[in-house]
Amino acid sequence: MSGLFLAVLGAAFATFMAGIGSSIGVGKAGVAAAGVLAEEPSLFSKVLILMLLPATQGIYGLLVAFLTLQAVGVIGDPVGEISVAKGALYLAACLPIALSGLISAIHQGKCSVAGINTVSKKPDQMGKALIIPAMVETYAILALLISILAINGIKVIAI
Amino acid sequence: MVIQKDEYIYAVARIRCKENKLLSSKSIEQMISMNDIRNIERFLRDNGWGASSVEKVSDLLTYEQDNLWMLMKELVGELSPFDFLRIQNDFHNLKASIKAAYCDCSADHLFIAGSVYDPYDIYNLIRNREYNQLPELIRDTAQEAMNTLLRTGDGQLCDIIIDKACLACVSSLGKASDSGLIKEYCELFIASGNIRIAVRGSQLNKSADFILESMAQCGTLDIKLLASSVSKGFDELCSYLSSTNYKSSVPHIKASLSDFEKWCDNYIMELMQSQKAAPFTIGPLVSYIIAKQTEIKTVRLILTSKENMLPDGVIRERLRVMYV
Repeated sequence: MSGLFLAVLGAAFATFMAGIGSSIGVGKAGVAAAGVLAEEPSLFSKVLILMLLPATQGIYGLLVAFLTLQAVGVIGDPVGEISVAKGALYLAACLPIALSGLISAIHQGKCSVAGINTVSKKPDQMGKALIIPAMVETYAILALLISILAINGIKVIAI
Repeated sequence: MVIQKDEYIYAVARIRCKENKLLSSKSIEQMISMNDIRNIERFLRDNGWGASSVEKVSDLLTYEQDNLWMLMKELVGELSPFDFLRIQNDFHNLKASIKAAYCDCSADHLFIAGSVYDPYDIYNLIRNREYNQLPELIRDTAQEAMNTLLRTGDGQLCDIIIDKACLACVSSLGKASDSGLIKEYCELFIASGNIRIAVRGSQLNKSADFILESMAQCGTLDIKLLASSVSKGFDELCSYLSSTNYKSSVPHIKASLSDFEKWCDNYIMELMQSQKAAPFTIGPLVSYIIAKQTEIKTVRLILTSKENMLPDGVIRERLRVMYV
């Protein structure tokens, strides 16, 4: 098993696990949004924002995958051979956003559904309804930060 | 197709919007202060009640009731998750059908809409004594109640058989449900039914055996103790109830049976309030049904009271707590 394979595997994990989380989260919120719009079409812009909140984890996963592929030379400038140990480190670096993205997006989707319900009853409470699911985002951002710092750090390690 | 328990997201989101259109306590107060029924009708129509095709104010109530079940069917696909509520109407319709069949008269005006089975079919089957073709849930009860009525001519005994079967049926539907709210509602329905039987039994000096025979098994009340307390007197009954989950009902029972009915409705509404923050389960739909039915019941009370020139104070005394 080559180091390059492990690094690409990490990039794949980051993309599809965070992507799965986002698609589940946005899917749940989208169903709730459709329910509200069936009764109150005027709330479209408000429910759209809440519905899109869980989509960010998928984007974070994509960003980490892009940085990983760039670091190992799959895209951009070639960087030479990647050792198995370095490849394994890249794989490990991708895991925070992969796992945290998957789980936080699903839970953020649930929070968004609750927020959409709040907005449907009290449209003037949009700000508060937005803050609650946004709190879940914190943990996806922390994972993203660690993944990016780790990828940048591994680049300069000579193993 | 019955949707899964965590798949009510769309339905709940729509219901949250619908809840905004429910009449609040303030709206009810406004209606009470109106003396002209035409003003009440205009107020209801302004609040989204009825349709242009509904002309008479009395038809508004029927329209809203029918509309409620049509909405639930649209949201959930089929109405079987709400059978624990609808079956109560079937047992009422069964009573009407049996008595009408016994007297060989029409029961059209006695039927309640929103039942699981078509009351006209049930009536025809009972009149023709085709019990085997009756739905399983009411088959044995219908036969037993009809035979008892034919044998004894005692309408009260017939009612007791049907009421007990209704309690047992709601109990089994509650146990079969996955929803905690439905389980709680069914338990409360059975407990309040048993308490009602005990209070009436106490007022009519019925024996403990007779009362026990009329009650259905209940998780939160020991029906043997409840029935035996009745035979020891009304104070003993109140004393037993004070030691149960339903101790808050005692002052209302002491006041009157109608006050107790009001306590039951308000207690159920209190239970339903817990669903205001639930986004995924069937609970908010059940709450909406109960809220809408309470609203319809309240509007009927106001209209009837206004027609009969009853004072506003009498209406307020009978008002139930509203959901919004």
